[in-house]
Amino acid sequence: MKSRAEVVIIGGGVIGLSIAYHLGKLGVEDVVVLEKKYIGSGSTFRCASGIRAQFTDEANIKLQKYNIERWKRLSDELEHDINFKQSGYLFLATSEEEVEVFKKNIKLQNRLGVPTRLIGMDEAKEIVPPLNTEPFLAGAWNPEDGKASPFHVVYGFAKKAKEFGVEICEYTPAVDILVEKDEIKGVKTEKGIIKTGIVINAANAWAPIINEMAGLKRDFIPIKPYKHQLVKTEPIAEGQIEPLTCPPAWNDSYVIQDGEDGGVICGTGLEKLTHLDDVQPTYDFMREVLKWATKIIPALKYVHVVRQWAGFYAKTPDSNPAIGRIQYVDELYIAAGFSGHGFMMAPGVGEAIAELIVKGKSKVPLDWDWYDPHRFERGELRSAAFQIG
Amino acid sequence: MSDKKNIIICRCNEVTQEEIEALIDQGVTDIEMIKRLLRIGMGPCQGRTCLPMVISILARKTGKRPDEITLPATRIPVRPVPAGVLVGEMESDGNEE
Repeated sequence: MKSRAEVVIIGGGVIGLSIAYHLGKLGVEDVVVLEKKYIGSGSTFRCASGIRAQFTDEANIKLQKYNIERWKRLSDELEHDINFKQSGYLFLATSEEEVEVFKKNIKLQNRLGVPTRLIGMDEAKEIVPPLNTEPFLAGAWNPEDGKASPFHVVYGFAKKAKEFGVEICEYTPAVDILVEKDEIKGVKTEKGIIKTGIVINAANAWAPIINEMAGLKRDFIPIKPYKHQLVKTEPIAEGQIEPLTCPPAWNDSYVIQDGEDGGVICGTGLEKLTHLDDVQPTYDFMREVLKWATKIIPALKYVHVVRQWAGFYAKTPDSNPAIGRIQYVDELYIAAGFSGHGFMMAPGVGEAIAELIVKGKSKVPLDWDWYDPHRFERGELRSAAFQIG
Repeated sequence: MSDKKNIIICRCNEVTQEEIEALIDQGVTDIEMIKRLLRIGMGPCQGRTCLPMVISILARKTGKRPDEITLPATRIPVRPVPAGVLVGEMESDGNEE
């Protein structure tokens, strides 16, 4: 491990590695990523792989429209197939009130260039052949939303970052940040000290602990871990449930076919607050998620469940991440608290943070005020980012 | 020695010895990453067949002792179960009540 670096990134998930890759691409060669376990082990490898622009506020829609353009080019850019597919997101309404809400959201999305359409159940059935259309009145369909492989994305970012000279230290937790007169002097790890002047907190659910290391209050950015579990079935024929299909009124339950092996990933509403070591799957969850999944797709009753796992939604009070510079310590940055949206936001967020550090501004349409890490202490919450699962 | 292309290590996802060794040769030596990039241990058998063999290949190629390589997590349900059984609508594999 190096004893000196220009930038130290704490957190080797998709966000930390995207930042490392983009810094490397901009010519910052001297970057170290610290990861407490193996890369992707925190939340990235536990996510459902979805990528969407169907949000309900301007800031997130703009960022995600840009991100989808990035996702389209990412395999070529990383020279590694990340398995990105524009298989769409299909939200389903169960009441007239919900149809009206869908129409309002679609109008906003269309205004910002996202081609979501309101569709009838005949079209929904064409898109998802085994769908139980009977309970639903209409769908919000964006064929440009999609999915990618979290495993290959993390590997691709890491591989390319290393080619740029970035050092990725796995099984190397940060234990302290050395700050003198509000200036960063270094990061202490279990394997020694790295002298640096710039630190990026990309630790998502663990970010408050990292902030505390830099002398901030732990709850300065109140990110809390909400356990989120997923169940996966054996592979089924390709194309059956390709889009993420979700009736939000049904406890935010969703199904999506894994783009790599064709198994169906099933999720349902957020579980309650937990602690950072709790990734124990529960049978209560399995029964609940399958109750909804088999209502959406009745034929799933005959499909074998092969695996269940748990991770975290690192959630802020308004479900929007904290992205930007922390004013109390010179050259301390944060990109954390993604509330379940980190994977889909990673390419653009990594690019934006890297450009902010190198150029002082970014061409990414990321609304820095919206994601301002200081908004919580001012009590200025944003409208809650649309969250499912 | 027989052709490594034809030696299947993970039977669920049809991964060969050649693919595993090629990945290790590229510098991917953490079993957690090998598992995810090749989907070893992620099929219906949950790695019961393949993981011990992957560990032995990894140990041989990296010079580690097999007991230094930790097994990835095993996920529930240990045996594949139809979703209908888990929601209480079916009795056993494929048969409705």
